[in-house]
Amino acid sequence: MVLKKGGFSVRGVREWLEAPAADVAERGGRLNVLRGAVARVTTPLLPDDYLHLANPLWSARELRGRIVEVRKETADSATLVIKPGWGFDWKYEPGQYIGIGILIDGRWHWRSYSLTCPPNWTDPEHGSKRLISIAVKAMPEGFLSSHLVSGVAAGTIVRLAAPQGGFVLPFPPPEKVLFLTAGSGITPVMSMLRAMDRRDRVTDVVHVHSARTDDDVMFRAELRDMHDRHPSFSSHLQLTSEQGKFSLAELDEQFPDWRERQTWACGPAAMLDEIEHHWRDADIADRLHVERFEIERSAVGEGGTVTFGKTGRSAEVDGATSLLEAGESAGVQMPFGCRMGICQTCVVTITSGHTRDLRNGDERREGDKVQTCISAAAGDCTLDV
Amino acid sequence: MAITDIKAFAHLTAADIETLGQELDSIRRSVELSRGEQDAKYIRRTIAAQRALEVAGRAVLFGSRNRWAWLGGTALLSVAKIIENMELGHNISHGQWDWMNDPEIHSSSWEWDMTGPSSQWRRAHNYSHHTYTNVLGKDEDLGFGILRMTRDEEWRPVHLVQPFANVLLAATFEWGIALHDWDIEKQLSGTPKQLMSEPNKEFARKITRQVAKDFVFYPALTGPAWKSTLKANATANFVRNLWAYAVIFCGHFPDGAEKFTVEQLEGETSGEWYLRQMLGSANFKAGPVMAFMSGNLCYQIEHHLFPDLPSNRYSEVAVRVRELCDKYDLPYTTGSLGKQYLLAFRTIHKLALPDRFLRRTADDAPETSSERKFAGISMPTMPSMPNTERWADRWNETHWLPVDPETGQRRGLRSALNEAKVVLKEKARHEKEVLREAKVALQEKARQEQATLRRKAARERALRRIRRKR
Repeated sequence: MVLKKGGFSVRGVREWLEAPAADVAERGGRLNVLRGAVARVTTPLLPDDYLHLANPLWSARELRGRIVEVRKETADSATLVIKPGWGFDWKYEPGQYIGIGILIDGRWHWRSYSLTCPPNWTDPEHGSKRLISIAVKAMPEGFLSSHLVSGVAAGTIVRLAAPQGGFVLPFPPPEKVLFLTAGSGITPVMSMLRAMDRRDRVTDVVHVHSARTDDDVMFRAELRDMHDRHPSFSSHLQLTSEQGKFSLAELDEQFPDWRERQTWACGPAAMLDEIEHHWRDADIADRLHVERFEIERSAVGEGGTVTFGKTGRSAEVDGATSLLEAGESAGVQMPFGCRMGICQTCVVTITSGHTRDLRNGDERREGDKVQTCISAAAGDCTLDV
Repeated sequence: MAITDIKAFAHLTAADIETLGQELDSIRRSVELSRGEQDAKYIRRTIAAQRALEVAGRAVLFGSRNRWAWLGGTALLSVAKIIENMELGHNISHGQWDWMNDPEIHSSSWEWDMTGPSSQWRRAHNYSHHTYTNVLGKDEDLGFGILRMTRDEEWRPVHLVQPFANVLLAATFEWGIALHDWDIEKQLSGTPKQLMSEPNKEFARKITRQVAKDFVFYPALTGPAWKSTLKANATANFVRNLWAYAVIFCGHFPDGAEKFTVEQLEGETSGEWYLRQMLGSANFKAGPVMAFMSGNLCYQIEHHLFPDLPSNRYSEVAVRVRELCDKYDLPYTTGSLGKQYLLAFRTIHKLALPDRFLRRTADDAPETSSERKFAGISMPTMPSMPNTERWADRWNETHWLPVDPETGQRRGLRSALNEAKVVLKEKARHEKEVLREAKVALQEKARQEQATLRRKAARERALRRIRRKR
């Protein structure tokens, strides 16, 4: 309202004008006053609802982006260069990931991928506009990753979520750094390396990266180039088909100062488990930063632990118990309605993990909205309620 | 009393209903599996077309002081509002497009261009109405709290104004719905009397915005044409209200859309739920354009069976549902828009009157019948009055021939209704005959008595004359 207790105020007017666009306030910036004012006549829609019909990128209500280039990295991986639409949060840090949605057969599929670009990256090849990039490695059963690597065309519109994640490189970077990566685990680290390179703050950095063969090494040329240009950066490739797995015991021989280094590790779960053990045994767990990719896989098992994110409660359930019942038994105030899957009153978003539709066995995953009354946990999952 | 036992009413065994349910499930599954790019395109195009119509309408209304511009702008805006309300708002809020996983076209985020907030409507409509369809005392949409649409509901003097209430409801339908949903939301959220409750605040916010938009901001924007723009906006809302009202009344209140008692809900199986939806709603015949403009609610039966399947698929679902109706010999209530509305209109006016003016009961009335309709009628294959719980079973075992011995066709509710109609007509004809005979007899008796009286009077007059002469 314009008139608050204290009477008429400019701030009050501004708040009143912005109110209809309050949901996009975070991302919209100054445009929100105008957006809010126009929304008074476009209600219940926002101006963006009309604008995005003209150009999908002109919506701050739901962030969109356009793929401007798909660059092959290896036989089974590619870099996607994306131009984000209005309201993208550019204040991300190297190492963070974004949510990306791709439309396939009428349905949006939602996944998270690490950004591989440094913050505020501009690419001269693309008119020096601010862009972002992610790298995707096709997984054997990964329906979406395969599509992204070999099926998506430049010009495709994607949905985007703001960058997030705590696996980040601080600036200025630590004096001594160790990166341990394997496979597509190199992607968040690539963003960190590029950021250091771009800001010309490459400290004493050792990067040990494992891949199966030489051809499987993503960003191989760039790593070599950086290795050559920066004497303080050394890139070590472990080709597992020839040399076998990288053994942590080798650290003492090859990089005896590893204990002094701030370490960032990203790769398969087994490797990360081993690294965590090793660092804990050395009593320097505080110097280790780990990113666990949620590996793109099908729902595992039946039932599991359902965590209710907002309330912090959780419940152990079998594969036949609905998420609604699970929540209610844990004392969570769940939205509910018909309890038979027709009214959509009980819909909540999955924050992580998988669920299964009890009526037809369909799988739902992170980013999907599910009807809790007819869905059960397929493995551990977290709900946004 | 309305239907208490849907098995008995439908002339189906528990096993039949179970199979029927499975067949409906498989229709559902096949549509779910085939949803894809084409359907997604359909809804996106509809949204784009609706937005274009609305923008065009608003733009033309800048010149609304010109008669033709007024008419054109009002027509465009009316059509835009109808599409927004029926095909978009209603269907998206039902979750028909949730499968696309698009946050902008999702039941949890869609807000429509109507006075009431979508969220309140979703609770009242998707939950209360669609779960408890036509169950007296549970489904508040049965008469929307102001009309008496079944004789199961006790008559009160206020129902005398029903004909006026009906007209008022039609003209201000969006407000009727908004207030109705607001009320239900307050009940469901347990805050009926708190002034600053969340439902109240939400309601106030929404109606303020809606009223301000159509009656303040847009007219103001058109400057000197503000008066004619205001009239145009009011007209467009009015047209949309009438159309939405007509579609909804044709889907729920023509004869043949049955009502149920709460007893039916107890231990209701999913097959019975399907059956209740099927028997509780009604369709009307429509071509592609009218189907689109009604938000595909000319397929109300299909919509009630599968409220969350995409509306553009209802026409193909209808073919399969009709096949099932034939297979199980169930009625498929449909007719022209005019006929369906007139039937609803008749019920509204009939039930405005107290019961003593009504000939039929809630068991055999055109707008509400029950399994008792078939009892107490002596038909060759009909049982006598049901009074045990196992009546339904006995019905099928001993009295009702489930299969026609001559044609081999299944005999179910449709045959029963037809036969009951014949028997009832015969019964009525017979009663009329008896009444006529009684009337004739009475008249004859009266005539004789009158003649006797006349003779008596003549005799007395003669006697008096004789006495005077003496």
